[in-house]
Amino acid sequence: MQKSLKKYFPLFVLPTLAAFILAFLVPFLMGLYLSFTRFTTVSDARFVALSNYQEIFTANADFLRALWFTVRFTVVSVITINLFAFLLALLLTRSIPGTNLFRTIFFMPNLIGGIVLGYIWQLIINGVLYPFGVTLTSSAAYGFWGLIVLMNWQLIGYMMIIYIAGLQNIPDELNEAAAIDGATGWQRLTKITLPMVMPSITICTFLTLTNSFKLFDQNLALTSGAPSKRTAMLALDIYNTFYGKPGFEGVGQAKAVLFFLMVGLIAFVQLLLTRRREVEG
Amino acid sequence: MRTRKLWQALGFCLLLALAVLFLAPVLIVLMNSFKGRFYIADAPFSLPDAATFVGLDNYQNGIGKTGFPLAFGYSLFITVCSVGLIVLLCAMTAWYITRIRTRWTLALYYLFVFSMIVPFQMVMFTLSKVANLLRLDNPVGIVFIYLGFGSGLSVFMFSGFVKGVPLEIEEAALIDSCSPPETFFHVVFPVLRPTAVTVAILNTMWIWNDYLLPYLVIGNRYRTIPIAVQYLRGGYGSQDMGAMMAMLVLTILPVVIFYLFMQKYIIKGVIAGAVKG
Repeated sequence: MQKSLKKYFPLFVLPTLAAFILAFLVPFLMGLYLSFTRFTTVSDARFVALSNYQEIFTANADFLRALWFTVRFTVVSVITINLFAFLLALLLTRSIPGTNLFRTIFFMPNLIGGIVLGYIWQLIINGVLYPFGVTLTSSAAYGFWGLIVLMNWQLIGYMMIIYIAGLQNIPDELNEAAAIDGATGWQRLTKITLPMVMPSITICTFLTLTNSFKLFDQNLALTSGAPSKRTAMLALDIYNTFYGKPGFEGVGQAKAVLFFLMVGLIAFVQLLLTRRREVEG
Repeated sequence: MRTRKLWQALGFCLLLALAVLFLAPVLIVLMNSFKGRFYIADAPFSLPDAATFVGLDNYQNGIGKTGFPLAFGYSLFITVCSVGLIVLLCAMTAWYITRIRTRWTLALYYLFVFSMIVPFQMVMFTLSKVANLLRLDNPVGIVFIYLGFGSGLSVFMFSGFVKGVPLEIEEAALIDSCSPPETFFHVVFPVLRPTAVTVAILNTMWIWNDYLLPYLVIGNRYRTIPIAVQYLRGGYGSQDMGAMMAMLVLTILPVVIFYLFMQKYIIKGVIAGAVKG
């Protein structure tokens, strides 16, 4: 089997591999290299060692401000989304009539693209703020909470689905036995339900974490960073550095490398936690 | 028993209120798409009346400005071709690198897994240059780029499933003198079908809604739907709110229809994808 299959490498692997190399591997390695150079097109790159990385922190405060905004946004959205999604999942596993229809409705926003989501909420938030004589871009706080509401609307249904799957895996006997032993509803929630859905909590936490941290489309459409870049998240700041002003492509690429390292760190922590859980289980 | 009924009724009312809240944003956009462009930003929550109702003007206007039917065509072509190619070729690749265990195929596997964690911003500039250089900056070329960029997650998911497929059925096929391609298409691929549906759904959701990659690679000549919507933003103050509302409705409508028909598969696919990813 091994032998006869082996000679089919050009048919089975080569097309995917060629696309993977050209669309991912080459741009990735080039990007890594270009972060140490100054360039406007790829062919005029000049090696400048670490000066791009230095410039990220010395030229202006954009990157650090975007990082701080992104971190605050990520923390708040991870907590709110998971809390609401979990509560909804609890409600929807209580044999209330119409459960399937509700599930369908709550999940729907997840399929709408980020750009469209941004413009939907721009309309609604501006409409709410209009009587007060301000707009979404009057203050960074509006942009921040606007993004939080948007992300909640988009992701609650998605996370809810995963929590429902987790809750349905808990055997009924556990809760029934606890109820006979006189456990209160709160005790059953904290001693049975929560420990049993821990895998779902890990998955949902990391899904919301990476989705929020890497957010771009929604940010671009909703506020595009206004007022004066104060609602720009990391991905948008990198984009603006690249395409905003010529001469800063190298700095943009260096920012992208740092961004990649941060996302990589999150993924690594997730891997460690998942591995540990698998060993315990 | 009666308190239980009461709680259920209470839960039902709460869910109903939340459902209305969840649907409201889309319904508000729909409502505003029938109002004159100057009556939208100030009063998005009021129903259209005799003075503000403009019928389908916004739709006509928006379609004219964005070339929506063409954008829809590009989005459909790119999504269908990319997803088809990704599902077929990544399943083949995953089967090969799982069944033939050498240092190289293992390294390749880890490279695919690694690519999943790299954010798009890391490669966006260089990728658009490479695409330009290789003349991949057209609706056909971008399919190839999506194959390369989507292969990480897809190969990873297929590999996870191939590991669980018993070798015996493949060997039996080979004894019946099936060639490896015949074995793959007649025996392996049918077994992989549930995973193929999951992979197809995850990639469809990504590619259909993707904005930045097509914008950077083909955006100045070919507009997909997200690019067309973003294009309407225009300069400051010049945004035509009426056309924007109409285009948002036209963008959401096919997604909702697709969702209502494919709901079962989409929700299953999302759960399976979340657990693996």
